[in-house]
Amino acid sequence: MSSETKQILTTDGIPLEVSLKKAEKKNKIKAFLLVAPLLLFLFITYVFPIGEMFTRSVDDKMITNMLPKTFKAMEKWDGKELPPEDVFAGFYSDYKVLIENQTQGKLGQRLNKEKNGFNSITKKLMRQIKRNKIDESQSIKEQIMKVHKRWRDVEYWQAIKRTAPPYTMAKYLKGVDMYFAADGSIAQVDEDRRIHRILWLRTLEIALFVTIFCFLMGYPIAHLLATLPMKYSNLLMICVLLPFWTSLLVRTASWMILLQQQGVVNDFFVMIGLVADDSRPEMMYNKVGTYVAMTQILLPFMVLPLYSVMKTISPSLMRAGKSLGGTPFVAFWKVYFPLTIPGIGAGCLLVFILAIGYYITPALVGGASGTLISNQIAYHMKTTLDWSFASAMGLMLLSGVLVIYWIYNKLVGVDNIKLG
Amino acid sequence: MPKNPEFVKFDKVDKSYDGKVLVVKDLQLDIAEGEFITMLGPSGSGKTTCLMMLAGFETPTNGEILLDGNIISNIPPHKRGIGMVFQNYALFPHMTVYENLAFPLRVRKIEKDEIDKKVDKALSMVSLNGFETRMPGQLSGGQQQRVAVARALVFDPAVVLMDEPLGALDKNLRESMQYEIKHIHESIGVTVVYVTHDQSEALTMSNRIAVFNDGKVQQLSNPAELYEKPVNSFVAEFIGENNTFNGEVSDISGDECKVKLSNAEILSNAISVKSKGEKTTVSLRPERALIEPTEKMDNMFSGKIEEVIYHGDHTRVRVNLLGNPEFILKVPNSTSNLELKVSQEIKIGWNSYDARALDPK
Repeated sequence: MSSETKQILTTDGIPLEVSLKKAEKKNKIKAFLLVAPLLLFLFITYVFPIGEMFTRSVDDKMITNMLPKTFKAMEKWDGKELPPEDVFAGFYSDYKVLIENQTQGKLGQRLNKEKNGFNSITKKLMRQIKRNKIDESQSIKEQIMKVHKRWRDVEYWQAIKRTAPPYTMAKYLKGVDMYFAADGSIAQVDEDRRIHRILWLRTLEIALFVTIFCFLMGYPIAHLLATLPMKYSNLLMICVLLPFWTSLLVRTASWMILLQQQGVVNDFFVMIGLVADDSRPEMMYNKVGTYVAMTQILLPFMVLPLYSVMKTISPSLMRAGKSLGGTPFVAFWKVYFPLTIPGIGAGCLLVFILAIGYYITPALVGGASGTLISNQIAYHMKTTLDWSFASAMGLMLLSGVLVIYWIYNKLVGVDNIKLG
Repeated sequence: MPKNPEFVKFDKVDKSYDGKVLVVKDLQLDIAEGEFITMLGPSGSGKTTCLMMLAGFETPTNGEILLDGNIISNIPPHKRGIGMVFQNYALFPHMTVYENLAFPLRVRKIEKDEIDKKVDKALSMVSLNGFETRMPGQLSGGQQQRVAVARALVFDPAVVLMDEPLGALDKNLRESMQYEIKHIHESIGVTVVYVTHDQSEALTMSNRIAVFNDGKVQQLSNPAELYEKPVNSFVAEFIGENNTFNGEVSDISGDECKVKLSNAEILSNAISVKSKGEKTTVSLRPERALIEPTEKMDNMFSGKIEEVIYHGDHTRVRVNLLGNPEFILKVPNSTSNLELKVSQEIKIGWNSYDARALDPK
């Protein structure tokens, strides 16, 4: 085809494409303006906080800013033996500035986290400087080394050097019970102090089982909802949605009333003689309670996507399957079930993602086993105020969810999700 | 091979959904082997219920259904071996055309080579070779329809049920599919039970037609007889066009009777009237009444033209005749066409044999 025939002109002689773009431009701008508030909102409440969380989780600029001359001098130091004179001199002048600004205490605390013993030797150095015991015309290295024997220990100087980079992954390592050892390698925390890995596994386990239970219970309900006559299905739908209309705390509290050892369910078991009065099973403050309460609370998120998919499946498909010779099971398994996969995918993904970030319910009904990773995040946000660690764990959770989403996309395909 | 005239038998079948209303009343119907029988009727007449009972998706409230002499009321649908084409095709949307067709064969544990052969044969029957790997969503309505037909036939069922299978197609496609299904039936000789509410479809395709109304078979006969000799007013009204006169039998002798209208008396064919004084509705096909007849006819009246509608191959003329302002005439479009104008007075004649005195409406 020649180029002349390719380009179509309007009657005014303007190329059609140009003309079309011009005509559509106004509409495009209008459409953009309509979604602009939402985009802005999403940016402010979502993209920006996540970015902020990320910088906070890796931020380690404090010491970098406190000791600029030290780190400049340390660049040439190989870190094997005691640093040369100019490093000591740099540290001395940096520290003097900190003393003048009265921020030297923070440095001591921060360095103490890196290596125990820093607090006392920095304080000792501070007193010497305040008393003007350091003669700047002499070798500063010699004088500092005299202040305390630890200043003569190369390990302490190595610790300072490790804090040089403005960014650190230490918080992320801490999240999986690891840390940077003195020589800069990654090491595991002592076995009796590994708490986070247990929490991660427990969170995954609970989310997985809650998803499975929700699926097992939600599938028949959704099927019933989709096939019952309207007047019954509406009633059932209200029953399914009822939890949505009640506060999460109220629902959790009612489960506590139901499940505790002197609770309604146990009373009933004793009444019908299922269990003896003195051997009432513990259904709360353990995983059973967490599973029961979370499954009930998250069930609607499984039922609704399933229902919306099942509603679109024509009942004649099952009939066709049967009339063609398939037993009811074959017709279900080969015809009905594959068609509900988009709903299953959406429901499971939704429930799993919600469950992985749950913390009020498990904390209230789960007892000792109810501490999940979200509780840990909240604990560091509110109690220890270690926001950078909380951010790091939050981001790890987020990336975990993204990984699951990615796996799901590989297996089922995101296009196959149907939320409603 | 002698054909079994009672291959499918509905024996005194009743069906009620709510225990109050009978949807099907005392149905007695025999379907011969290899026959193409159509259940025709307005919606709610019970025809689809009959089909569903035959397929096994509904159970008769009373009575038995027999297939080749065996009672099948207690056999579940998947063991009946009856093929079915559904109204909306019911193709499995997540399977390819091949998998759709292979489904009934796979559940019967037929070997792969055999399945390939049968699928290929069924697809060539509906001229859809080469479409094996397509998904149903990628096919046009007519193609989906053909796949559905092929799927219902691929496992060689003794009976194929079709529930308004052409309802969703446009007019031209529907007509060509009617012929296609008819030809498939003729070439493989399977027994077909077809449900439709479209009378022209029924007339085109069937060996026999069962006209349903109000849960009952009103008339069961071949298309020509159904059209020419309806046994009651409902059938006359439902099949084809129909002019009616309501009156009272004033005289009856053998097949012939006189029906007294408000302002005239017409000679009619006594079908369901027995004695003098009975109320009756006289039914007359539009094409059986002639304008300005040249030879003598039993009934000759004059009426005023109310409306002339040009239809291409024929012209419809609405005449006010004997107090019936809706009297329709069909005038074929021939060269010797009469000049027909509104408010013109014309003579209309018909023979008593064609005017059927039926039960009163």
